Amino acid sequence: MASRAQPISGVQAIGGAFILLVVLMILGPLVAVVLRAEGFAGLRSSDWAAIRFTLVQAALSAVVSCLAAIPVARALARRRFRGRGAYVALMGAPFILPVIVAVLGLLAVFGRAGWLNAALTGIGAGTIEIYGLFGVVLAHVFLNLPLATRLLLQAWLAIPAERVRLAHALNFDGRATRRHFEWPLLRATLPGAALVIFLICTTSFAVALILGGGPSATTVELAIYQAFRFDFDLGRAALLGVIQVAICVVAGLLAWRLAGASGFGGGLDRPAMAWPGDTRTARLWDIAVLLVAGLFIVVPLVAVTAEGIGAIAGLPASTWQAALRSIFVALGSTALSVTLALPIALLIAGRAARAGLEGVGLLSIAVSPLVIGTGLFLIVFPVADPIALSLQITGLVNALVALPFLLRALIPAAAEAEATQGRLADALGLHGTARLRHAILPRLRRPLGFGAGLAAAFSMGDLGVIALFSAPGQETLPLEMYRLFGSYRTNDAQGAAVLLMALSLGLFWLFDRGGRVNASL
Amino acid sequence: MLRFEEMRVQQGTFCLQADLTIPAGARVAVMGASGSGKSTLLSLIAGFIWPDNGRVWIEDRDVSRAPVASRPLSILFQDGNLFPHLTVFDNVALGIDPNLNLRDEDRARVAASLDRVGLPDMAGRKPAELSGGQQSRVALARMLLRDRPLTLLDEPFAALDPGLRREMLMLVRTLCDETGQTLLMATHDLRDAEQLCDRVLLLEDGAVALDMPLREAVATEAPILAPWM
Amino acid sequence: MKSTIIAAGMIAMVGAAHAQDAPVLTVYTYDSFVTDWGPGPAIEEAFEATCGCDLQFVGAGDGAAVLSRLRLEGERSDADIVLGLDTNLTAAAVEAGLMAEHNIMANDLTLPVVWTDPNFLPFDWGYFAFVHRADMENVPSTFGELAASDTRIVIQDPRSSTPGLGLLMWVQHVYGDGAAEIWEGLADNVVTVTPGWSEAYGLFLEDEADMVLSYTTSPAYHLIAEEDAGFAAAEFDEGHYLQIEVAGILNTADDVGLAGRFLTFMLTPAFQEVIPTTNWMYPAALAPEALPDGFETLTVPNVALIYSAEEAAAIRDEALATWQAALSQ
Repeated sequence: MASRAQPISGVQAIGGAFILLVVLMILGPLVAVVLRAEGFAGLRSSDWAAIRFTLVQAALSAVVSCLAAIPVARALARRRFRGRGAYVALMGAPFILPVIVAVLGLLAVFGRAGWLNAALTGIGAGTIEIYGLFGVVLAHVFLNLPLATRLLLQAWLAIPAERVRLAHALNFDGRATRRHFEWPLLRATLPGAALVIFLICTTSFAVALILGGGPSATTVELAIYQAFRFDFDLGRAALLGVIQVAICVVAGLLAWRLAGASGFGGGLDRPAMAWPGDTRTARLWDIAVLLVAGLFIVVPLVAVTAEGIGAIAGLPASTWQAALRSIFVALGSTALSVTLALPIALLIAGRAARAGLEGVGLLSIAVSPLVIGTGLFLIVFPVADPIALSLQITGLVNALVALPFLLRALIPAAAEAEATQGRLADALGLHGTARLRHAILPRLRRPLGFGAGLAAAFSMGDLGVIALFSAPGQETLPLEMYRLFGSYRTNDAQGAAVLLMALSLGLFWLFDRGGRVNASL
Repeated sequence: MLRFEEMRVQQGTFCLQADLTIPAGARVAVMGASGSGKSTLLSLIAGFIWPDNGRVWIEDRDVSRAPVASRPLSILFQDGNLFPHLTVFDNVALGIDPNLNLRDEDRARVAASLDRVGLPDMAGRKPAELSGGQQSRVALARMLLRDRPLTLLDEPFAALDPGLRREMLMLVRTLCDETGQTLLMATHDLRDAEQLCDRVLLLEDGAVALDMPLREAVATEAPILAPWM
Repeated sequence: MKSTIIAAGMIAMVGAAHAQDAPVLTVYTYDSFVTDWGPGPAIEEAFEATCGCDLQFVGAGDGAAVLSRLRLEGERSDADIVLGLDTNLTAAAVEAGLMAEHNIMANDLTLPVVWTDPNFLPFDWGYFAFVHRADMENVPSTFGELAASDTRIVIQDPRSSTPGLGLLMWVQHVYGDGAAEIWEGLADNVVTVTPGWSEAYGLFLEDEADMVLSYTTSPAYHLIAEEDAGFAAAEFDEGHYLQIEVAGILNTADDVGLAGRFLTFMLTPAFQEVIPTTNWMYPAALAPEALPDGFETLTVPNVALIYSAEEAAAIRDEALATWQAALSQ
């Protein structure tokens, strides 16, 4: 406890200042939005439709993702097979996959001219239509089924091995296993997982931009963009922003009460256990489930890669410039994010890690990129040209959005380092930077690399704020891809998608790898 | 009662070998350092793992590859013995039917069993509302109910404080006296073993280093037992 | 201190370099105008050959989005000219205080209407129409038939796209107070609403829909550029709404004289002859005989419909609200 009595160190002072800065950067735009918002009387029927659609699609996406995740997580929990580790890793890929790439992949498979419809037409069946509610939910399930699976799998693997053995000894059949293991597990895990996914889907922009679009399939985030870019009606954009924040806060507070798990946690590579009540039918079922889910995730990525890889060499110069711009934005926002996150994590870890984590949660709720973007526009507009600053603002907002990922990775590790190495360092009389360099930072390399990788991949693939501010000749790669797609250059867009996917995964890999090499853990 | 016949199992670089017989009614303390193979031995008997070579016999039946549930034994772990979502009553009743379809006489047996372990008033509670010692008693009640001739205890009371642990061991001893059970208990603690067991089986690196009556081992101060004295 | 001096030096050098360069004329226009296959490149080359300037086209989304962008940039805009608004948007641009007067006499226009707008000059025009593949069966010939059919259509968002807004005006012109009913009937025919014309046309060509809102002149593209006669425009008995695409000088123009020269150039054959086979519209100042072969095969509507700029501005908001309400059900 002696360490608590020490005077506040430099790092802690910086951490405190940064917390204040982050809060200002988030609250400032929010206040600007609230002040600028029209009265609620200004809401039109189409706005109510956007609110309704946002809630309906998010609820459907959450429910479908979670229900579909149950058999997948169960199969992963009870089957041992070669490539299981790779399969679980694949289930992490959509975290770092640019949304627009996923959408393009889904279009290549589920679009009217896609693989699936080609097959359906071949056998004389009808066609499925991807635009509208179906497509939006499909894309959200594609992006969130892996998250739901990981959350559930975590809970499954957290069941003590003794209890499973006990069930074997007590001769549990399939029914008893479902009743005494699965049902309690699902009841404890599913509501939280569903709310987290619901929350993620309420802030959906890029998916609705491409697959929704019509007034019957517009999310609030998309309506903000439209009010801003189409009508240049800042009062309405701000009003919609207030509504968006309200939705996020309500859903977020509920989610935070119910779910603490992040889905990033370890333990997913624990070996599967043999479960009681297993049958041949169950085994075949699990194989089928893993196949279908695997194909659902992999085929769109393969489709976009297969169609786009040949187009990379012929991509126009503007695409390569956009790629370069995106790399700079991603590196800049990652650097900013890391700079902010490290002192904050150290400060929080040294004091109240648990409350700090919850604060981080609230932070991530408050950050709706388009709302922050709108607010920043309102603040910057009177003094400077926000369009000329589009890349800087994009980088800043991306850094803010990525901050919670980094903090969630860093705070537990910093708290643990503080609890173990920190005491040792105190006992050895290490102080200040020496203490930080030798005792704490080495333990943070892995989570730092991982978190920075997430931040970089996220920023690389983001199509949000940049769409709001975009200026001709200032496109990032995702925006350039969207424009190529919009101007009927689908193949170039697919080429850009492959490039974007490679860059996102590459940046993640570089940072994550950098954290592991020679790491002490 | 229990016989290992040139039994051998390989787990990575670790190898456990045994060739011995344990008579009915024996109460054996399985001792050894961490990683010496105590848990592996119990797992083999229970059927969680199968031997690579040789056989395991229980009551003159070759159970080497028999399903866990078909073996005439009960097992008690250090923790994880109870399902947190079920009441004490239901946790015990699992020993009769995992799906909890109970007849009246089943209910009476569950209640009687709870009486025997000294928890007559706890039937409606959830495990989280019980103390550690009470949780162990619930698990014991289920074991009693199942009434299998062989009982395996895998460091069952290690999480309890010494006084409570002693009390639980005495309870097990009383129950075993009544039923004449054969019992194997994996433990770190020679004093625990002395409470309950009449024979000691010491494992070292997967091999049986000592197998003799406990009293004798303690009396002669067998050098190999020195670390546990 | 040192860095300040270097920076000052660099600014001076950059300024000097600029002074030697030709003046830049920045034209904001819609995306498809500046693509490699659009009119932009040929027009840029032709104008730069005579103007002694650097003509820069900047694509900023579809037509209506261009207007939104100009309002968003306000006084800070680098743009000198806006090209690609249509008569449904001109009043809004003037009202927003963006426009300067052009002071150019345009006597040789070949529009189907008389032109008197002091802020804008037309460069091309066309009839909105639903384009379909020629082998499509049961092509509807009224909005009512279309609404009653299960034909799948892609349309554009009237807030960002001039064809989208044109369709709004078209339905309003034909049905008046009954427009809401027609839109409710059309709602289940709409596959999706795209932000711009190119997205919609791309989706149509990818077979995501049976028909797309475009122009009677669109089949000419397939016929002439692709030698594919497999496309047609559906003729509606109720008449077709007319689009007149215009350009005008912005208040933010640096060199009004240069901007005026561009508008004058816009009405010469060097510009006008590029239009039919790149923008696939009727040129606004070119004799019909000068149209390329193939244009004579196009559907010419019997009835042309159009609102004046003031009328269009007056009904826009309500028509938009009707449209949003009907399609958001």
